[in-house]
Amino acid sequence: MKITQGQFSFLPDLTDAEIKLQVQYALNNGWAVALEFTNDPHPRNSYWAMWGHPMFDLADPAGVMMELDACRKAHADCYIRLLAFDNVKGWESIRMSFIVNRPAQEFGFELIRQEGEGRQIHYTLRSVTTAAIAARQF
Amino acid sequence: MNKPVDIKITDMKERYKSGVLKYKQMGYWEPDYEPKDTDVLAVFRLTPQDGVDPEEAAAAVAGESSTATWTVVWTDRLTDSEYYRAKAYKVEPVPGTPGQYFAYIAYDLDLFEEGSISNLTASIIGNVFGFKPLKALRLEDMRMPAHYLKTFQGPATGIVVERERMNVYGRPLLGATMKPKLGLSGRNYGRVVYEALKGGLDFTKDDENINSQPFMHWRDRFLYCMEAVNKAQAETGEIKGTYLNVTAATMEDMYERAEFAKSLGSIVIMIDLVIGYTAIQSMAKWCRRNDMILHLHRAGHSTYTRQKNHGVSFRVIAKWMRMAGVDHIHAGTVVGKLEGDPNVIKGIYDICRENNVPKNLQHGIFFDQPWASLKKLMPVASGGIHAGQMHQLLTYLGDDVVMQFGGGTIGHPMGIQAGAIANRVALETMVKARNEGRDIWNEGPEILSQAARWCQPLRAALDTWKDVTFDYASTDSVDFVPTPSVA
Repeated sequence: MKITQGQFSFLPDLTDAEIKLQVQYALNNGWAVALEFTNDPHPRNSYWAMWGHPMFDLADPAGVMMELDACRKAHADCYIRLLAFDNVKGWESIRMSFIVNRPAQEFGFELIRQEGEGRQIHYTLRSVTTAAIAARQF
Repeated sequence: MNKPVDIKITDMKERYKSGVLKYKQMGYWEPDYEPKDTDVLAVFRLTPQDGVDPEEAAAAVAGESSTATWTVVWTDRLTDSEYYRAKAYKVEPVPGTPGQYFAYIAYDLDLFEEGSISNLTASIIGNVFGFKPLKALRLEDMRMPAHYLKTFQGPATGIVVERERMNVYGRPLLGATMKPKLGLSGRNYGRVVYEALKGGLDFTKDDENINSQPFMHWRDRFLYCMEAVNKAQAETGEIKGTYLNVTAATMEDMYERAEFAKSLGSIVIMIDLVIGYTAIQSMAKWCRRNDMILHLHRAGHSTYTRQKNHGVSFRVIAKWMRMAGVDHIHAGTVVGKLEGDPNVIKGIYDICRENNVPKNLQHGIFFDQPWASLKKLMPVASGGIHAGQMHQLLTYLGDDVVMQFGGGTIGHPMGIQAGAIANRVALETMVKARNEGRDIWNEGPEILSQAARWCQPLRAALDTWKDVTFDYASTDSVDFVPTPSVA
């Protein structure tokens, strides 16, 4: 399966030139760009690992692209997302988020159903990758 | 020169003689009054009966929406009546519309109970709209002082936190209202929800009149819908929501339904405007306590917002709803099937989303309105919109909006999932192009047809709805047009 988090997941993967244009858009708006990576793309996994801090003082998108290259080399088999942070009062959160690297194979999630009373089902999403890693460890 | 009947009587013995006085004589017309920062301000559109002086009509509205009755009462003298009287302080003709006037009225903050939309509205629109000396009356706009705003909770969640919970940034959210409106069984209904969410929408929505009818009782709907939501989440890795409409006959019923939605893990519930202001505020407080997004469907509003001469402007309703604490409000599409002049819609969207809304008569905004850090209210665009309009929708409405394509998803010739894919691809394509600096207003159709070369569902959507437009004159437009300034 293809995980469709982020603002451009329904499009063909963005080329580096296209990513650079999006970075330029973020910088034009005064937003700080950041890279994060994970092997656990559970939709409620908020805190992917940070590839350094958000690049607050960076003015040239080429700098982001260099960091992205380095991050891809180090974590080729992870999901990597590019974020833009806006510190304007009343927002102070993320303005952009899209995936810029995917593992060669995406395993997706298992939906676990636990039957409860009154026809209620309690649903749990489990990432197949993290489940496999956990199984190997024990 | 003012005639004696036109000025405030200052001799107290004269003023309080039993009988009937003009409202201006009673003191409700104060052309020299300087509104205080703490005053609640309102501007009404008056259409006085023939022969009725517009200033007297304005004074009458001030009187009847604050302390006055039709005749002099001595009991006024037991109060600091000067202080409690609302003051009409300005009347001006409506540009290009003979017989209509804008009347500005100031109300002292002490006239209102803190944190209560019901109390505020009982004063401002409680009595005056049926007043005989007026042919018609419309509340156009209000200015809420920060002092008063700070007594309201505001949106339970707000745009920023909603996005953080949804993990969706940088693009409008997508939704669809389930159709047909009535008649689907719970199981069939959940099928439509699943297909739409799996296809690529963020939200699906109950319609305003889906509550708990013989064909589908509410528990059944909630259970099947949450199965659909969880299945779609597992298959996409995204957070999905379905607005479970908890509108019911009593507050007890609504709380019961909301609690059940929470126990099933829903992130959003829904109410209809027709439940009333107090019920809306109660649900907003429940949602803040329970980490729930609150969607408001503005069912019924067009009965009083649409005609320009009488009723309450929707920009005022939007203000009240941001104070009352809902998270989503249907606020117009400009291009869809329902009423919406572009300038009026811009004004309403600003009211919902901005920290500070400056006076802008061309958008129907009569006062500066700083929002005192109340959270932002997400506008929802719904009603007769489709993927082919994406460049127009994004230009008019911006990023912080839920675009709802009901027919435009479910009516897709290749099926519901294909309909959702078409909408999501059209949206992402257009956001990407805009960010790249392209002129989407002019190049939009070309950008869409390029994407349609690799996305068959988008191709089918564009072919099916290419000629669908709703090009009718707006009944609710602005009165002020830009005038060239002297260079």
